[in-house]
Amino acid sequence: MRGHHDHAHPHRPDLEDLPRTYAMLLTDAVASLLLAKGIVTPDELRATLETIDSRSPADGAKVVARAWVDRDFRARLLADVNAAAAELGIDAGGIPIRALENRPGLHNVVVCTLCSCYPRLLLGPPPDWYKSRAYRSRVVREPRAVLAEFGLVLPEETEILVHDSTAELRYLVLPGRPPGTEGWGEAELAAIVTRDCLIGTAVPRLPTAQRNGPGVAPGAA
Amino acid sequence: MSPPRFPAGARVRVRALHPPGHCRTPFYARGRCGVVLGVIDHQPDPEARAYGRDGLPPLAVYRVRFERAELWPNDEGGGRDAVVVDLFEPWLELAAEGTR
Repeated sequence: MRGHHDHAHPHRPDLEDLPRTYAMLLTDAVASLLLAKGIVTPDELRATLETIDSRSPADGAKVVARAWVDRDFRARLLADVNAAAAELGIDAGGIPIRALENRPGLHNVVVCTLCSCYPRLLLGPPPDWYKSRAYRSRVVREPRAVLAEFGLVLPEETEILVHDSTAELRYLVLPGRPPGTEGWGEAELAAIVTRDCLIGTAVPRLPTAQRNGPGVAPGAA
Repeated sequence: MSPPRFPAGARVRVRALHPPGHCRTPFYARGRCGVVLGVIDHQPDPEARAYGRDGLPPLAVYRVRFERAELWPNDEGGGRDAVVVDLFEPWLELAAEGTR
């Protein structure tokens, strides 16, 4: 990053020096009570946190890449993401996940306006912006402006569907396969499916070197 | 578990209720009309579960589509864009034809 080291960084405080918020105290208190009352054991708590931390958007990308090359798998994914992911050895957890298919003229984007529901067991922890009040309140009201701030400018005629996951369901965007990827292997395809593509704030693009000129959102025309 | 009350395509209004405590109906959708896309699941009532009850029998969870102009009538542009919200059946009622 050019110029990144031209300025002095403020000293980064130790974790313990940051202010303790109400939510942090509440989380610690509930965790202590669950352990003290024997409702969960420390091992179970650690194992659950480790499971969540071990997940990453790469699992979601793998599922999308398979759907791009295998029509039958795609149909099964659109019916039930958890079952389709299990076919690839991915345990996406017990909360049902549904796929939202981008098509020419239709773009999907996911939010949880009430809190920050996210398919953590498939994609790992959500990015901080996904939990921000700005994203949650703005994307339902002005999706085009929010997507443009992510660098995704969609044509006027493309319909944007914003999905507010307010119940015990989670959503995964199944983006369109960009032109120019014919004959690619699954691993190569998965590499262009970023986390934001799975939330809907981006679309897969070819690496710059393989692109002729500026990219256009695939399927968006 | 009773059969769902509203078929796909039904025009529904979200009840403009403001119950105390936990619920899953965003304020921006209350009192607004949308179209049922379908029933996506049956789930225990989160308003009961939040207080330690089992929330049974499970309620139908609908995907309801709201046009942007219905939710934000004072905003301009983005005419075709819409929001889809997951809503529990007790929050919905049939909207009269042609009403907004």
